Amino acid sequence: MDFSFIVVQLISGLTMATFLFLIASGLTLIFGVGKVFNFAHGSFFMIGAYVGYQFSSVWGQNFWLSLLCGGLFAGLLGMVAEFFFLRRIYGRADEGGFQILLTYSFILILDDLVKLVWGTEYKSLAKPPALSGAISMGGIVVPTYNVAVIAIGLAVVVAAWWLLNNTRGGRIARASALDREMLSVLGVNVPMTMTLVFGIATALAGMTGVLAAPLRSVTPGAGIEVIIDSLIVVVLGGLGNFWGAWLAALLIGEVNSFAIVLVPKWATLFSYLVMALTLIFKPEGLFAPRKVRRV
Amino acid sequence: MPSKPKTANTWYLLIFLVLFSLVPVLKTTNYQMLLAAHVLVWGLFAVSFNMLFGVTGMLSFGQALYYGMGAYGAGLCVKYLGQAWFFPGMALGIVLAAVTAWLLGHLIIRVSGVFFTMLTLAFGQLGWQVMFKWYSFTGGDDGVQNIIPPGLFSNKVIYYYLVLALVGASIWFLGRLSASPMGLILRCVRQNPERVRFLGRRVRRNQQRIYIISSLFTALAGGLMSGVDYSIHTDMFYWTTSGHVILMSILGGIGQFFGPLVGAAVIVTIEDVVGAFTEYWSLIIGTVMLVMVLGLPRGLMGEISQLWTRLPGRQQALTTREEGN
Repeated sequence: MDFSFIVVQLISGLTMATFLFLIASGLTLIFGVGKVFNFAHGSFFMIGAYVGYQFSSVWGQNFWLSLLCGGLFAGLLGMVAEFFFLRRIYGRADEGGFQILLTYSFILILDDLVKLVWGTEYKSLAKPPALSGAISMGGIVVPTYNVAVIAIGLAVVVAAWWLLNNTRGGRIARASALDREMLSVLGVNVPMTMTLVFGIATALAGMTGVLAAPLRSVTPGAGIEVIIDSLIVVVLGGLGNFWGAWLAALLIGEVNSFAIVLVPKWATLFSYLVMALTLIFKPEGLFAPRKVRRV
Repeated sequence: MPSKPKTANTWYLLIFLVLFSLVPVLKTTNYQMLLAAHVLVWGLFAVSFNMLFGVTGMLSFGQALYYGMGAYGAGLCVKYLGQAWFFPGMALGIVLAAVTAWLLGHLIIRVSGVFFTMLTLAFGQLGWQVMFKWYSFTGGDDGVQNIIPPGLFSNKVIYYYLVLALVGASIWFLGRLSASPMGLILRCVRQNPERVRFLGRRVRRNQQRIYIISSLFTALAGGLMSGVDYSIHTDMFYWTTSGHVILMSILGGIGQFFGPLVGAAVIVTIEDVVGAFTEYWSLIIGTVMLVMVLGLPRGLMGEISQLWTRLPGRQQALTTREEGN
């Protein structure tokens, strides 16, 4: 195993980590602000990828326009789902279970709608021409697109973090995570905030779908694969821990990208293994501060 | 469910057993008996799932793992050791499922709510991945065919009655369990875990127990299914199988002991009728789930019993019922 091989695998692991983190951060955002677990988050990723495919490969549009439209469409769909369906079960007894079941029904419906519209075959999306080459650094050849994805991911993370901490909208989102009632007393439309947060998070998932599409084929049923991986990330990072999720995404991305070369057949099992070990030795998450455990 | 007298549940079970024991006598085709056997097995699966979700409030999205273990225990033993090993294999699968549930329970019952659900899903998918990729041992997605129960039980009618007897006995046992003091504690765990601790009972130990018991009966359902269909397939481990059983329970009514059984009967029937016309089955399932969760969260049986209690002259029963809940 030589040096350039390690670097190439590192980069591919980082790329995967970026995708995982972009999805997991949306999941964390919705969960943090509204105590809603969006089981269908991966399906918005899938919808984004299909809309991107439609714009880019079928209608021959620019990749970046497709990226934007994929994100917009997924975000709008997410807002519709929150506004018309999820909102109806807030505050019901056993809400957590019903949230999962309702979002599970979204997975089933979206999966089949995608099959109805685009069929079951694998679809592919071309990389943008400007980024389809490779960068050579001291004899190590790295695909430009992967580097661009990592950069975009980093930019999105920093921007999201800044927005959450330094803008009025971000303050409202953080406040509604802490105390919804007080926030509504202060005159903020809390339900609308939740719809918007849901829209932003699903738009992020949709854009991730388009970004990931050139590297992995677009298929129906991608939603569930993606949600399980990003769920592992959320669990590893410590529930609702923004930077913990980022580190966990890095860990899972790298573990996956090395395992896929070293033991291709059993590669997919490694992320589960990491999760199981974490649950045994540090159930509150790898990067969470130690808390007093409840009985 | 707790307010319903125990005897009523026993009567329902008896009526149910009599109805299903008539199927081999009244059937016109073998296919009808196969459908009835499917209802029985899925019914057991759904009732044991509901001991977790409806009774204890633990939404597991990974019960397919145990269902598959029961089925593959029987199926792989027949494949490698011969037909006579069908029942020992089924027993082995059930024991393995119980041990796995004990081990996994230690890991995943530490977290609650949605994260419990998601961890059961993740470990369920882990099981599916292993079975799917271990082609040389499990046959991968080709599955195993020709799993015929040995001796007398190779006769479909006799095997049907065996399934009926085992499913009936298991459901009777689970019904007794649900009405027992332990069942009451489990309901308390769902409604208010804090108070269970005040009562000096352990929340996690009770959750662990019911997780093992539910998984054990789920594995029994899986083992029985391998003899009904004569084949096993990795789809039995897939997360959609867990989703299927959740839908049955929700449709029938998670607050009613017999709800999941009714849900299983309805879904197996719809699947049989609609499956012939459309490939977009999950669109239909999804829509049914959406409607049930938003509009009829009590499920079919729950709504019926609600109507029943609202009849004139039964207002008294209604009030005591709501106090009971």
